[in-house]
Amino acid sequence: MLEIKKLNVYYGVIHALKDVSLTVDEGEIVTLIGANGAGKTTTLRTISGLNKATSGEILLDGEPITHISAPQRVKLGISQSPEGRRIFPEMTVLENLELGAFLRKDKNNIKKDLEAVYERFPILSDRKKQTAGTLSGGEQQMLAISRALMAKPRILLLDEPSMGLAPLLVREIFDIIKDINNAGTTILLVEQNASMALSIAHRAYVLETGSIVMSGTGEELAKSNEIQKAYLGGE
Amino acid sequence: MEQFLQQVVNGISLGSIYALIALGYTMVYGIIKLINFAHGDVYMIGAYIGFAAITYAKLGFFPALLISMILCAILGVVIERIAYKPLRNSTRIAVLITAIGVSLFLEYVMMFFVGAEVRSYPNVLSNYTLHLHGVVINMQQIYIIVTAIALMVLLQFIVHKTKTGKAMRAVSIDQDAAQLMGINADSTISYTFAIGSAFAGAAGVLVGIYYNSIDPLMGIMPGLKAFVAAVFGGIGSIPGAMIGGLGIGIMETLVSGYGNSMYRDAFVFLFLILILILKPTGLMGKNIREKV
Repeated sequence: MLEIKKLNVYYGVIHALKDVSLTVDEGEIVTLIGANGAGKTTTLRTISGLNKATSGEILLDGEPITHISAPQRVKLGISQSPEGRRIFPEMTVLENLELGAFLRKDKNNIKKDLEAVYERFPILSDRKKQTAGTLSGGEQQMLAISRALMAKPRILLLDEPSMGLAPLLVREIFDIIKDINNAGTTILLVEQNASMALSIAHRAYVLETGSIVMSGTGEELAKSNEIQKAYLGGE
Repeated sequence: MEQFLQQVVNGISLGSIYALIALGYTMVYGIIKLINFAHGDVYMIGAYIGFAAITYAKLGFFPALLISMILCAILGVVIERIAYKPLRNSTRIAVLITAIGVSLFLEYVMMFFVGAEVRSYPNVLSNYTLHLHGVVINMQQIYIIVTAIALMVLLQFIVHKTKTGKAMRAVSIDQDAAQLMGINADSTISYTFAIGSAFAGAAGVLVGIYYNSIDPLMGIMPGLKAFVAAVFGGIGSIPGAMIGGLGIGIMETLVSGYGNSMYRDAFVFLFLILILILKPTGLMGKNIREKV
């Protein structure tokens, strides 16, 4: 469904992504793990169109989208919950969710999806008139994911959804991600919490200083010695 | 007491005009973090457009106001597209210097076409005056206050209730996140310039009928004072610009009324210095959050 071919991205002189290639098939959860600064966020930003690729291609259903604008990519079904949540803190919870559905015209379905969000996260319903900045970290993460879902994406990009959350909440967030996937949304998940990410992912890629160094099923990678050592704290 | 109330009425009229200009400053600052020094000159051009509409096209107050707002909106969008958009990723100082350049360009292009002389604005409103317990309110003041209030209510409606307004707020809070919602940042920035410039155009016509005289350099001082008003209210804050504008207007007329009108401008800028020292975020401004 989503295919990236030999993607290169520079920040000035820094070569942030080097020939990165990966694919995400319909219905999958694919995770991209790696240390801080490996290029995970850059990969997602480039897929969303916030960063420009110097070379390489991004294909959605076989069609190149490398040169179209970020908003148009949202229209084609790529939605992202960015790193650090990036909710609009001065706006209400409801306004944040409405902005998620910015490009949609199907008012009745938007309403239904809003109800679905409230059903999944009753706390967001209780706080819909509150400004989003007053929510706790976990609630903000729920809002960020829900806001991305309001676009009714075909593929959801999640950047570090567990960042800064208490362990109990991390588990909850990962359960939610699985639920969303079971409901039919393809997911590309970027995580530093490798063990959690690998436990729910169908397939995984390991990114190191801008290059993909390993790939395989979530299970395979979770058992691999190198991954154990580098990311899972194993001996 | 009567004199005080009279000065307050005069101050509210003048302040409404400052508020309309300050709104454009603050909206543009909110969305692209640029102090658009050419904004005062858009207001000047708005005054000339109104002048032409009334004098040559023989239009009334409201049609002239509307035409001025529409043409200024277009002018604002064109300025942004030509002068500021190519510098979107440059340093802020580069854009600021460009804004000063645009300001001088507009002033002297106007001077070339319409001449440097002061023109007197035609009187389109009746000379009716309202007397309330010794306070005199003339027709111009009523029109200014009513127009300003109507426009501000309209703005609040646009910003809070319409999709475009929500997009404007989203882009001003976080441009990348807004784009991830599918919001086109470029066209949202254009809308912001259009609305801000339309308000400046309205202010130009209002000041023309209030003071009866216009000239190509008339935008400089009110532009700067509206900037002070925007800073006073908290730059980036829309309610702040409204309150700041009224505050500066009332302050100015009180200084003229009770002190010496020669000190009026000095007082306003002294006030700016005091705000910047004592409360740089202004009345309703937020602390600037540095993004990590």
